[in-house]
Amino acid sequence: MAKRSAPEVNAGSMADIAFLLLIFFLVTTDIATDSGLNRKLPPWEDKPDDTEVKIKQRNIFQITVNKKDQIQIKTRGDDKLTELKDLRAEIVAFLDNGGGQGEDACQYCQGDKHPESSDNFVKAVISLGNDRLTKYETYISVQNEVIAAYNELRNREFLKEYPNLNMNYVQANNMYQDPQTDQDEKDKLKEKLQVIKDRIPQIFSEAETKKS
Amino acid sequence: MSKFKKKKEGGLPPISTASLPDIVFMLLFFFMVATVIKEDNLKIENKLPFADQIEKLDKKKPISYIYAGKPSARFTNMGTEARIQLNDKFASAKDIKAFVAAERAALREDQIPKLIMALKVDEKANMGLIMDIKEELRKTNALKINYTTKKGDATSNAGR
Repeated sequence: MAKRSAPEVNAGSMADIAFLLLIFFLVTTDIATDSGLNRKLPPWEDKPDDTEVKIKQRNIFQITVNKKDQIQIKTRGDDKLTELKDLRAEIVAFLDNGGGQGEDACQYCQGDKHPESSDNFVKAVISLGNDRLTKYETYISVQNEVIAAYNELRNREFLKEYPNLNMNYVQANNMYQDPQTDQDEKDKLKEKLQVIKDRIPQIFSEAETKKS
Repeated sequence: MSKFKKKKEGGLPPISTASLPDIVFMLLFFFMVATVIKEDNLKIENKLPFADQIEKLDKKKPISYIYAGKPSARFTNMGTEARIQLNDKFASAKDIKAFVAAERAALREDQIPKLIMALKVDEKANMGLIMDIKEELRKTNALKINYTTKKGDATSNAGR
């Protein structure tokens, strides 16, 4: 007598089970947003410093966001309201001005050397003030534009300094921070990024918020 | 003439669904791998603003999250002003010191200076609250911060 083979397991409902699990994961998934604008806060000082550092007015680019979310900038000796879309160009013009003479002369700047604007990259300070009633979204937009302006200049310098790398500063920085890049590559990139960071340092000051 | 005619040959054969489970399993595995189970239950509205100059946060580095925003619909008894949320609880700016200390205590010593405070703040919050948070962070010397944002056009933030 022939041996009866074991009956085959019915796999028809497998798809249903898998669908059930799939839908569960679809519903519970929350693809995490873990990216954003990195900033560094200044250390806290209990006593206000008496030894204030004197910065020439022409080296400060003052941005104030008021409680109506309007952006006011103070540069080249005048005060004016500006739109968010024009802010980046204004900051780039300020940083890239290169009005310094003698030892303050700017080797890499390509600006129009306005006497009432910044001397060089290292001297230029961006100051951001805001009201307590300013909306967070406006503040983030302004922060974004400040970083964008720096990135624009750093990209330019990076491409000029390392033309055969075929990437700009931002791409190089992303590659440096990517955990999959190997250590050798990282060390090389770090050195190059540091050169550009030293050339165009981000000097950013946040005034204490005005009490409203 | 027989009543039970044999089916005519030539009609389209039914589409085989034998590979359907495989396809579904593939999707399932994708979602299982991509899923990050939420660390905190949000009690506040948390619609992040957009920015395009963003940098990715390295998950291997220690990150602590500070949330802020208007209490969500279930917590209307907490008022309509933006609040801070630490872990699973509403908190005030004063609690940040203790929170940072607790987060630091959970880390290895060499990791402590690398701790990044990620601020997940609702776009409609007022800067006053953020300034309070920043002041407290400065006092506790937690200086590396990240304004968590979504990738998008920053100029679309205002006036929506």
